[in-house]
Amino acid sequence: MAQHQVNYASAAGLPIALTSVDKLVNWGRSNSLWPLTYGLACCAIEMMASGASRYDFDRMGTIFRASPRQADVMILAGTLSKKHSEFARRLYDQMTEPKWVISMGSCANTGGMFNTYATVQGVDRIIPVDIYLPGCAPRPETLQYALMMLQKKIRRESANMNNNTKNNLRLV
Amino acid sequence: MQQPNKLTPFFENLNFERDDNTMVINFGPQHPSAHGQLRLVLELEGEQVVKAYPDIGYLHRGIEKMAENMTYNEFLPTTDRLDYIASTSNNYAYALAVEKLLGIEAPRRAQVIRTMLLELNRIISHLFFIATHALDVGAMSVFLYAFREREFAMDLMEDYCGARLTHSAVRIGGVPLDLPSGWVEKLASFCSKVEYELEHTYNALLQENRIWKMRLENVGVISAEEALSWGCTGPMLRGSGVNWDIRKEEPYELYSELDFDIPVSDRCDSYGRYRLYMEEMGQSVRILRQLIPMYSKTEPQLMAHAPQYISAPKEEIMTQNYALMQHFVLVTQGMRPPKGEVYVPTESPKGELGFYIKSEGEPYAYRLKCRAPSFFHTGLLQEILVGTYIADVVTIIGTTNIVFGEVDR
Repeated sequence: MAQHQVNYASAAGLPIALTSVDKLVNWGRSNSLWPLTYGLACCAIEMMASGASRYDFDRMGTIFRASPRQADVMILAGTLSKKHSEFARRLYDQMTEPKWVISMGSCANTGGMFNTYATVQGVDRIIPVDIYLPGCAPRPETLQYALMMLQKKIRRESANMNNNTKNNLRLV
Repeated sequence: MQQPNKLTPFFENLNFERDDNTMVINFGPQHPSAHGQLRLVLELEGEQVVKAYPDIGYLHRGIEKMAENMTYNEFLPTTDRLDYIASTSNNYAYALAVEKLLGIEAPRRAQVIRTMLLELNRIISHLFFIATHALDVGAMSVFLYAFREREFAMDLMEDYCGARLTHSAVRIGGVPLDLPSGWVEKLASFCSKVEYELEHTYNALLQENRIWKMRLENVGVISAEEALSWGCTGPMLRGSGVNWDIRKEEPYELYSELDFDIPVSDRCDSYGRYRLYMEEMGQSVRILRQLIPMYSKTEPQLMAHAPQYISAPKEEIMTQNYALMQHFVLVTQGMRPPKGEVYVPTESPKGELGFYIKSEGEPYAYRLKCRAPSFFHTGLLQEILVGTYIADVVTIIGTTNIVFGEVDR
């Protein structure tokens, strides 16, 4: 955010801060990322640990929401099976814009060790992914880092989501 | 009947549009309290459940099929992902089954280390149960406290094997590493910490908590006959007054030498089971305290000596030609156990976890079947949910302590 030195003692009027709309909106968006509690398998336990006492996600403005309507980020934590994939897509569609996706763990990234008939080989076949998070299972620190990278990414984006290339990636 | 198409899912034999007074609701597969990917289809009359269908398979990954295409050692890390809350208990159950097939026994130090890890995993799993169960019922602070202690136990696991969640800390024939220096002292201080917190935090928060008791007492009542006929094991069975624990009934490895009690409750409800989990953590601490002096009395050998199945220690591989050749064959081709079939039950934190392995003498199992306790407890839901109120459904799912990695496999 743009920093301007204002001498509050001498300035007669209100303190002024100048910024662009993009930066202001992205400042708000990036600091209150509310993820959907979308635990699918083992990574969900690490996602819970990230939200719990030691790693404490609340201090980053990250509060887990149980409803896709209230969520900004979908942290897809775990193995996505083919049977479940249609629900993943539906939940993604139910989230309101702007929305981002973190694919957490090897299974969500590429299918991981489960190269079988039942597993989706990467959630990017179903929904567009912003951050790929390696590890099996990734540590909570890794998830924190992923969220920080996502915040960085959001701050670079245009606040007008129509410019966002993700809309062009719509599969439906 | 709904017409199947690409975007709307097609539900077999299920009509959501009703003309009678019942209402069908869909609980899951993505529900914050469904403990993973459980999908329950509930038929409601008012607020009362008339019928419940647990629909599983949303986390089916084909693990048993994978076992048929992997060598025995290759498959071991996959067992981590069955019951991912207590990974070592899966590794151990699998390793024990293969060891029985091979006819070998782990050296004593390995047995002590394994039992330590198992009981540590039991504490991790039970703390996780308390955390999620309380969170589902509405007590958020218990979740934060339980995860605090759980992180200390995870630190111990991490010091030993380097992983927090998917340990793979047990090998077929023993354990890969000795305990790091100072680990036993850390374990001892963890034991006293858990004991203190059990008494002063969890019991103080929950045991006589009016809301907790109202939500749990007489909810999810399972009679002893029901529990037996549905194949319940572990705390689900002992919570119904049946004294059955594999560690006592068919003691494996060190459990016959250890002195511990099996807590049993005849309350048959969720509150009784919650008490069992708390008492079992105390018993695990008791076992860990007995194992600490046992550890120092053992010889430093960590892997069983069976050259045709198990690689020699690293020093021998590096210095002796024959050991190197054996190691090369075992790594490239895998061990070839004798023909036969084996089933070994163990007491995992959730109940009886056993692996059935059929071997045709190949490096790959002909068939591997995992008998996971959560699968049977999920089946039980269709019986115990009938007649309960919709608000209690979450409590009952919580009390069964099911984990979908091992239900769907």
